[in-house]
Parts: sequence; C-alpha cells; structure tokens
Amino acid sequence: MRIFRSAKIIIVFIIGIFLVQSLHACMPSSQAAGKTRLTIATVNNGDMIIMQGLSSQFEEANPDIELRWVVLEENVLRQRTTTDVASQGGQFDVLTIGSYETPIWARRDWLRPLNLPASYDVNDLLKPVREGLSSDGQLYAVPFYAESSMLYYRKDLFANAGITVPEQPTYSQVKEWASKIHNPQNGVYGICLRGKPGWGENMAFLTTLVNTFGGQWFDMNWNPTLNTPAWEAAIGYYVDLMQNYGPPGASSNGFNENLALFSTGKCGMWVDATVAAGLISNPKESNVYDKVGFARAPIENYPNGSNWLWAWALAIPKTSKSPEAAERFIAWATSKEYIQLVANQNGWVAVPPGTRTSTYENPNYQKAAPFASIVLRSIQSADITQPAAQPTPYKGVQYVDIPEFQAIGASVGQTIAAALTGNTSVEQALQQSQTSTERFMRHTGYIR
Amino acid sequence: MSSSLAVDRHPETRPPEQRTRRQVSTLPLVAPSVIALLLWMIVPLAMTIGFSFQRYNLLNPDAREFIGLGNFTFILSDPGFWISIGITIILVVSVLVITIGLGTLLAILFDQEFPGQGIARVLAISPFFVMPTVSALIWKNMLMHPVNGLIAQITRGLGLGAIDWFANLPLLAIIIIVSWEWLPFALLILLTAIQSLDHEQIEAARMDGAKPIALFRFVMLPHLSRAIAVVAMIETIFFLTIFAEIFVTTGGGPGLATTNLAYYIFLKALLEFDVGGASAGGLIAVILANIVAIFLMRSVARNLDT
Amino acid sequence: MARKNSRQWLWAVLGWLVAILLFFPIFWMFLTSFKTEVAAVATPPQLFFRPTLENYVAIQDRANYFNYALNSIAVSLGSTFLALLLAIPAAYAMAFFPTKRTKGTLMWMLSTKMLPSVGVLVPVYILCREAGLLDSRIGLIIIYTLINLPIVVWMIYSFFKEVPKEILEADRMDGASTQQELRHVLLPLALPGIASTALLSIILAWNEAFWSLNLTTFDAAPLTAFIASFSSPQGLFWAKLSAASTLAIAPILIFGWLSQRQLVRGLTFGAVK
Repeated sequence: MRIFRSAKIIIVFIIGIFLVQSLHACMPSSQAAGKTRLTIATVNNGDMIIMQGLSSQFEEANPDIELRWVVLEENVLRQRTTTDVASQGGQFDVLTIGSYETPIWARRDWLRPLNLPASYDVNDLLKPVREGLSSDGQLYAVPFYAESSMLYYRKDLFANAGITVPEQPTYSQVKEWASKIHNPQNGVYGICLRGKPGWGENMAFLTTLVNTFGGQWFDMNWNPTLNTPAWEAAIGYYVDLMQNYGPPGASSNGFNENLALFSTGKCGMWVDATVAAGLISNPKESNVYDKVGFARAPIENYPNGSNWLWAWALAIPKTSKSPEAAERFIAWATSKEYIQLVANQNGWVAVPPGTRTSTYENPNYQKAAPFASIVLRSIQSADITQPAAQPTPYKGVQYVDIPEFQAIGASVGQTIAAALTGNTSVEQALQQSQTSTERFMRHTGYIR
Repeated sequence: MSSSLAVDRHPETRPPEQRTRRQVSTLPLVAPSVIALLLWMIVPLAMTIGFSFQRYNLLNPDAREFIGLGNFTFILSDPGFWISIGITIILVVSVLVITIGLGTLLAILFDQEFPGQGIARVLAISPFFVMPTVSALIWKNMLMHPVNGLIAQITRGLGLGAIDWFANLPLLAIIIIVSWEWLPFALLILLTAIQSLDHEQIEAARMDGAKPIALFRFVMLPHLSRAIAVVAMIETIFFLTIFAEIFVTTGGGPGLATTNLAYYIFLKALLEFDVGGASAGGLIAVILANIVAIFLMRSVARNLDT
Repeated sequence: MARKNSRQWLWAVLGWLVAILLFFPIFWMFLTSFKTEVAAVATPPQLFFRPTLENYVAIQDRANYFNYALNSIAVSLGSTFLALLLAIPAAYAMAFFPTKRTKGTLMWMLSTKMLPSVGVLVPVYILCREAGLLDSRIGLIIIYTLINLPIVVWMIYSFFKEVPKEILEADRMDGASTQQELRHVLLPLALPGIASTALLSIILAWNEAFWSLNLTTFDAAPLTAFIASFSSPQGLFWAKLSAASTLAIAPILIFGWLSQRQLVRGLTFGAVK
C-alpha cells in the first residue's frame, strides 16, 4: 500500500500546481475588473509600432478598455491568426490581416461584418481599397494603410548618368538604366528587387511582372499556365537582370532587406511597395531621403496588373468576446483623427498612406509627400478584377484569391529563388513549378 | 547524463538477476510517466489518423471529405518529400560527425590544465544555452549576411569577395549553425568521460613510450566509445526535428535545398493549412521515427547497458 | 619542467583560441546591442564606439520584457519540477526492477521525441481550446513536461543504474520500505545527477520555440515569443535585434554559467570514483 502513496503524492502535487496556476491566471483579470481587455494581433512594421505607441491615447479616451498587444513578424502572425480563427480558438479580438485574407475569411463567415458610424466616413476610404476589403458589398475590415507598387530611383546617380525618367517607364528601359548605374566597386548595385521566397515576397513582385509581360497564374479552367512564353520571358528577364545588376544575397532580400539596402544608398533603383516612399523620404530613417526619385511601376507589353494593390487592415473575428470595444478600437485606429494625430506627433510624411481621400487632398500632406500623387494614381489604377491581359477565374493583382494560393505561391517562390541563385535554369524552374502546381490543383479538387 | 552510463567499470557489482517480491509493485511507479506519454502520443495520434484520411483544409472546411489514402499517395509521390528525407539524413549525419569529431578533440584540449581553463571552458559551452531562434538570427544577420555580415566584411576586406551563404551554400550554413549550437553539448559529455579516465594509466602508458596518437587510439577512444554513443543518440533525437534554424534563415530554400522532414510537414501544416496532408506526413514521420528508434536500440543501446 | 611549462602555454593558447571562437557570436551580438543602428552596419565593423542604451529603451517601450521573462521562468521551472516528479519513480522502477519490456519502454519514450511537433499542431490546438489551456502557463507546462519527460526519465535512469546495489540490499535487510529507500538512500546518492538533469530540462524548456509561439498570445507568452516580435522589423534593425536577443538569452546564459560546475559535476557522477 505504501507504494501507492508516492503515486498519490504525485497526483496531489499536480493538482496543487493546477490550483496555484489557475489562481494566478485569474488574478490579473480580477484586478482589471470592469475593464474590457482587447487582444490585438499585429505585424511588426513601422506604422503598426507607431500605432502601438499612440494607443495610450485611445486608452485614456476609453478608460473601460485595456489593450494587449501581440506583435509578430508577418509570417508568424499569419500562421497564428489563421490557426486561431480557423479552429475557433478565440484568442484575439482584433486581427491585422491583408486584402488577400479578408474576402476569403469573410466568405467562411469568420469575420464580423462592420457597421461603422457615419462620423467614420466610410466613403472617404479609397474605392479600390474599400472594395478589396469587402465581400458581397459588405465591409469586413478597415484599412490601416494601403499600398500599390512603384519605382524608386536615385536622382543623383541618374543625373550623373544623364538619364531622365518618364512618369511611366518600361522594363526595357529599366534594364538599360541598371547597366549604366551599376557600380559595385562603390557599393551601388543597379537594381534591388525582391528575391526572398514567399507568396507575399518575391511572388508579389513577380506576379505583377508576369502580368505586364502578358501572363497569368491560371486559365479559366484553373489549369496553371506557368510554362507559357510570357512566364519564361518575365522570369528570364528577372533572373538575368538580378544576376547582372543586383546586390549579392538577392535571394534572401524581401521588402525589409531591400528597404535597408536602399535607405543606406546601396541600390540605384528599386521597384516595391508605395509605402516605402514615406520611409525612404524620412530623414530619421534614411541616408538618401533627399535623393529619391519616384515613378510609376514599370510596364512591358500590357499595362494591366503591372502594379499591385495591398492593404493591411484591421478586422474582428466572430469569436471575439468583446466585439463592440474592438469595433471602437479599429474605428479609432483608421480614423481621420488618428491620421491627424500621427501628423502632429511624427510629421505628415509619417502618416499611414493609401487609405483616405482626405489625406491626399490635404495640402500639408501634398507638401510633405512629393510622391503622393503617384501613389494615389497607382492605387486607383490597380484593378483586382482584371489583373491580366486575358480573363482570369480569380481576383487579385499579385495574388490569387483562393486559400490554396499561399502554398502554391510559396512553393513556386522557392523554385524561382533557386533559379535566381543559379541552382536551376529558368525553364527547369518553371516546368517544375507547373508540374507541382498542377498536382496540387488536382489534389485540392480544382481540376477534376 | 551519460558518462555515468558511458563508463561502467563495476559490472561485477550488479547482481545477476534482479527479481524480488517487489516486482508487482513497480507498476504505480512507472505508470504516471507512461500514461502521460501515452496520452500525449495517442490522443493527438488518433485525431491525426482520422484527419489523414480526409481532404481537410483548415481554410476551406466546407470541402472536407473522406478521400481514403489520397493524402498518403499525394505525399509519397511528391519528389519534395523524398528530397526532404535525404536532407534530413545529410543534416543529422554531418552534424553528428562534426560535433563528435571536434567535441572529442576539444574535450582532450580542455582536459589539459592551463591558465584560465575554467573561464575558457565556460565560454566554450555558452552556445548551448542560446535559444535556437536567437542563434539562427545572430548567424543570419550579423555573421553570414552577404552585405553587412562580419564574415563578408572580413573576406571583402581581404579582397576575396563575399560568400552568399544562404543562397549558394544553404545546407552548409545550416550545418554550421547547428554544429555551433551542439558542439558544447558533445564537449561537455565527452569532457566528463575523459576526466574519468585514469590519468595514472595514461602516464604509465606514456612512460612505456606510447606515442600520443597510439595513446588516443588505444586508450582514450575505447574509453570514450560509450560516451560517444550517448551523445550520438541524444543528438539524433534533436537533429531529426531541427526546425527553428531553417525557419529563421532559409525558409527551406532556395528551392528545396534545406527542407528537412520537419520543415516539409510544417509547410503542409502551417502554410497550406492542409490538415489532412500534414497529418499524413506526420504519420509517415511517426513510422520513420520508430524505425530510427529500433535502429538506435539495436546499435547504440546495446552499448549502453552492460 | 621547462618543457612542461611550454606545453602548458601551447594548451592555453589553443584553449583560449577555441573558447573565444565559439563565444564570439554571442559576444558580437552583445556588443552590437550597444551600438546605434547606423554604427551596427558600419563598414568596417566597429570594435570601439560610444555605447548607447537606446535600443534597450526602445524595446522596453514596445514590450514588457519582465512579463515575458517571468513566464519563461515559471514555465521552465514548473515543467522541470513536474517532469522530475513523474520521472524519478519511473526511472527508479526501471533501474532496479527491470523487466523484459524496460528497454523497449525506454526506447519508445525516446522515439516520441522524434516526431515533428508541427504535425500535431492542429489536434493539440483543438485539445487545448477544449481544455481552456490556450494562452495559459499551465498548458505550456504540461506540454513541456511531456516533451522533456523522455530525456529526463532516461537520464535519471542512467544515474540510478550507477548506484551500487549493495547499499540498497543492505538497506532492505534493515527492513526499509520502498519509499524510505527512495528518499533516504537513493535520492541523496543520485542528487548530483538529478540536479544536472533538472538543469538540462530547464535549458531545453527555456529554449523551446514552437509550442510557446503557437499556444500563447499574451498572458503566458515566454521569451521565445518576445524574440519573435523583433526578428525582422522594417529598416535598420540589427542593433535592436541584438538588444532583444541579449535580453532573451541573458537569464539562461547567466544561469548556465553559474550552474555549469554543477552540470559538469553531475555528468561526472559515477564515472569518477
């Protein structure tokens, strides 16, 4: 019988730990009795960090709400939020999601439809952005900032080389310019482009490139079209350009890495998100803030889909326990007042761009942001319903609005990164991508 | 842990057959651990088996249906899966060789007495305490980065140009990082094993005119063999599921160059949210793990007990 | 004597060289954490600079470090304690009353560690949701206990096997109960081994980064989740990343340094008589 006592001791210990722990877990909530606690999942980029800093003002204005931040890197954030929302975990009250997820999740009935007060002025939100965040005409998320893509170049280097850049350049011109300003001895590389594999990294840029070269992801029957001449031309152009005039390590450069390279003066040109314009024009964060030129994203054969459309938006999952408080918060964080607040605190150049017509009409913003009109035109010209030269069964400029695209984009992105490093040829990479995508579409039941 | 097993010089003290009236009473002692682990294994495993026969994408739950062995054939016919197994093996074997080889040499080195030996030893084992995510971040951003990394700056300073580690030598880069993390572990265990070696015996052999190499080959190595077996075993367990280092640095690429089995399943589970596929992959991994376990039991574990 | 002395110097040079080489990445990270962002990426790399604490201030502004650190401590100590509680009796039984299945059981326990955790994430997530264990320290403690249990059982088992059987036999002749035997004879003998097992288990729990990231959000998030929010922010981030990394590993590194003597002594147990 004694022998059982040790087992009993163990059990008592375990129960004891449970009790102590759950007591401990209950304590903070009883302390904050009467306060609604909002758990906010967000991505760790500059604008969100500014928001986190300013959120104490929201808490002061709403003493009944306590904010709890979960700040994660983009990929981790996406995994965390998707796992939680899809399995009804109910861990978050406010989610930071993109324009790719919003309509998909809304169709799954995972998000709360938003009915914002008139003072919020929903119609002030830029139309393409607003439509991208809606499903069946109902808004499911509000944009924190939105972006298209554009070309950045170094005015000083271009002046030295005697190049003038038109507002709408072409990719053939880009290649010629890159060859002229490429000067690795002085630490300046002709062009920086995304190479880090991922559907939201290299494939975002490459999809716009393929679009304007006349290609697309799928035909109307969901057959992948990755081994077509348009893809070969586009990817061939990209690999050739980067191998000759790109920085070393291009295959691990995503948006952040390129931003760091450009703002330390190592890139002559850069085609990427318009949101970078404010960052590289900010003297606090950039060494080249006064030397940046702006132009529309280059085109090749077809203008359709040459510049993307993306928004980081705030949404409320159906599983949230305090949806009213959450709605108050997301309305605050995307309001005109919030933009004014950031302007007062950090200057107009730092306000979250791409969301509101009123921002672009503001003369202070126009003065602080010389790029404002190009950004606005880029966003307004991006049409997610007609991303390619030929009709597509999907929506989205730089993505395909099906849940499976994350996986497809990731795997194709990896294969193209291998082509970029020279481990495989472009033809091989595309053939491999075509085969694996076709297999995948069959497995998931799109192709019967 | 282990040098204790590694060095058993008192086999004669062990009674030949341990069996007394208390046999029956051991069950309550082992039971809690075994039951806990069984639950940990079986509950998720049962769910996993259920999922593995379904088309079940977390993002598209409406399309959930029974597809029999569809997930298994999809994975087994995926060339990426077989590549990932190959990479897992390369990764495990090469890191084992490096850590045990260098670990033995370093253990001999740190067995010598020299000024500041204690502090030097503390510094040398420090990498083991660093969390894998952090060590991967350090190596990726501060040492191996092709533009701002220290290694690139040094080689470029010497006029040699820079190596783009994660693009051109991705697997080697991962092997270096993992080896750096686990070398201290091998060093610690092998060092204790060496310290248990009878120094007078070595001195005596040396007096007899044994060359250092012969000394190492015929006195030290046999003595270390069981410690090496223990290191190999524990490290294998951890190396089979290397994940954070790959996730942070290469993301499995370029192409599939650094996708090991754990990462392959991660791609299924958290990128595709293909619960069915990930479950099938997980089950295949379970089977492989048990094959490895049997193999380890045969080869290594025989060394462990007297 | 002179020859011995010169050889000793050779060992010293070699030993220190190796030690510095192995420690260098950590040292470099520590150094970078006191640089400004611009100095962190300067060419050529700077060894001497004016140190600044701005990175640490910026990090503390964004995340409450002490919450994370407290969770890390609670979770690694809690899981280690629980694992020892489960493992000691099991290891005792296996070491002193082995049956035909003992070795098989041990091996099976170890094989549970070889499964990639990510394969069972969704089932475990759903289970934790049902049990209300999402974002709770208790949930994390249970998971870590289960993850580390095989190694802990196995280590303690090997220490017990080194205890001379005569001591126990003699004790049994005196009519000691199993429990007395365990508590008064075996534990004191195996204590160094158990201590080093505990140290290893604490280190492993502290550094685990998959479950901590996926099962916690705010209340129970440990330092591995803390580092995830600094791993690739926008723009120049090397110095801030270094500062966050330094903060994340400092407690366990100092703990490891302080206890390394014990770690070594524990590992020596049984091998040196």
